[in-house]
Amino acid sequence: MWRYIGRKLFVYLLTFVIAVTINWMIPRFMPGDPVRSMLSRASVGNPEALERMNEYYTGVFGLDTPLHEQYLSFWAGLFRGDLGISVMLFPQPVLDIILRSVPYTLALLVPAILLSWIVGNRIGAFAARKKLLDNTILPVGYILTAMPYMWLALLLAWSLGIVADVLPTANGYSPSLRPEFSWLFISSLISHWFLPFLSMFIVALGGWAIGMRNMIIYELEADYSNYLQALGAPTRLIRRYAFRNAMLPQITGLAVQLGTVLSGALLTEIVFNYPGLGTLILQALNNRDFFVLQGTFLFVVVGVLIANFIIDIVYVLVDPRTRVQMTGGAA
Amino acid sequence: MSEIAGAPGAADPAGGPEPTTTERKTSEVLHFAVRNPKLLIGLGIVLSLLLLGIFGPFFIDQDPNEYVGPKSQPPNGEYWFGTTSFGQDVWAQFVYGLRSTFLIGAFGGGVAFVIGTTVGFVAGYKGGIVDEILNMLTNVVLVLPALVVLIVITAYLEVRGVFIQGVFIGLTSWPWAARAVRSQALSLATRDYVDLARLSGRRTWRIITTEIAPNMSSYLVMSFILLFGGSILIAAGLDFIGLGPSNGVSLGLMLESAMKWSSLYLGMWWWFIPPGLGITMIVGSLYILNVGLDEVFNPKLREL
Repeated sequence: MWRYIGRKLFVYLLTFVIAVTINWMIPRFMPGDPVRSMLSRASVGNPEALERMNEYYTGVFGLDTPLHEQYLSFWAGLFRGDLGISVMLFPQPVLDIILRSVPYTLALLVPAILLSWIVGNRIGAFAARKKLLDNTILPVGYILTAMPYMWLALLLAWSLGIVADVLPTANGYSPSLRPEFSWLFISSLISHWFLPFLSMFIVALGGWAIGMRNMIIYELEADYSNYLQALGAPTRLIRRYAFRNAMLPQITGLAVQLGTVLSGALLTEIVFNYPGLGTLILQALNNRDFFVLQGTFLFVVVGVLIANFIIDIVYVLVDPRTRVQMTGGAA
Repeated sequence: MSEIAGAPGAADPAGGPEPTTTERKTSEVLHFAVRNPKLLIGLGIVLSLLLLGIFGPFFIDQDPNEYVGPKSQPPNGEYWFGTTSFGQDVWAQFVYGLRSTFLIGAFGGGVAFVIGTTVGFVAGYKGGIVDEILNMLTNVVLVLPALVVLIVITAYLEVRGVFIQGVFIGLTSWPWAARAVRSQALSLATRDYVDLARLSGRRTWRIITTEIAPNMSSYLVMSFILLFGGSILIAAGLDFIGLGPSNGVSLGLMLESAMKWSSLYLGMWWWFIPPGLGITMIVGSLYILNVGLDEVFNPKLREL
């Protein structure tokens, strides 16, 4: 078991190193001068200030030192938790800005992923091998997974937010409120959270339902199902066994789909101007704030790696076979 | 469906010794293909949108981004899909957008397909240390969230084109295809006829292309279709964030400008519904087409 976890940890560590290296390489090896293009968009009028900022950022990138030194000092900065200083919100450290946005993204992402996974699995398991249901749920599921996240978000914002006018369509909470621990503020938070959550939930739902449906059909063809059926076991029992077995690939699927759902969250946030990482990325792009952009990139990668690791551990806990195999292998 | 159960080859999914001529096999696949509604509907929608994307722009005289008509018109006889708040023709943008959407799908999907299948075949066929290394590489790229990597990379590009976008999308979205191809190649690599080919001293590359790949051709086709659809969605996401091709037209860019110029609050639904609908229809019918193909190629699924 420890060998398995060790292997996984090694891959994640390697991924982290590669991500950091990409992050370090991009501004240095891409054509064009990053400092110049960043400052040209930051619209600094005063030439003297421009000169000083130019000097400062060349120093921050360490562009005047040899390459390997730049690389090492980049890592050193990372371990100090130093992701640089933002350009668009000038004196604020990038880390603070990102940490301010993270709770909003997590509040969207975690419930949307978990609920869509649970509900999608139920629907898929229910629909499998039932002709009429299968023929309706399958195309609907495929159409849902084919939808760009931002389009469904736009449709929901337009229909429920603008035309029906029942839910707010922008920002994380009502602009007339200040963040505080009161009913008014919390209810505003929830009503602003609902539409982005709903649109992510719906898009993600289709994929899980289809995956589960296919797995159930596969499991119902397995020998143990046929055997149970020959013994005259009730269909409900057979389906329950099939469902438990079909869960395992779906847990792995959760890890694989993480990146897609995450990008969906970023795009959905942009539609609703929800103050999470997606909106932050858009602002950073519009202001050419590469420090914020790269900090967010690293942050997202670390988050995805941690989530993957949690899923790995859950998988070991859920599947008794892997546990037995692993302890057997270690002994 | 009694005549299907008795059809030659259908009852023998494991690829047994019974020789079926290629002619017979083709006609058998066709037999099931023309009777599969999923395949026909999916293919029909994709092909008609493709034709619209290829030939539609020839019937539009002006540049799609040109300000031609009155501003903010809802759909009418002259402007079928209405106009934007600058007076651009949404129909013209839509038709050109379809074209670039298919382009990016073919291009990004193609690059991803080439990388993914190459890595998968080599890893599955060679095994051992090569497999270990390639597998690790696949896992690393798999956990990196593609869109976020693409955002960081393309943000630094001064000028962006469809070509560059396709290459980068291909470079980040191949891993699952490599995994799928690898597991198939792994099981095929131990077959007798592959051993025979290896004994006869043929080059590795020849064995892969003539012995292994043809036996999983349907699988490869389906992987390509999924990669195609995936690249379209990723490209749409990039375009929406504002990292699309500079001065280009695409369905994702249409969504971006509709969002940026608050068509939502102006109630201009004709601006943001067509591009998203176009993407959904293309990708959705590709997926449904894929299910149909699966049922045609896989005898086990035919009974359904």
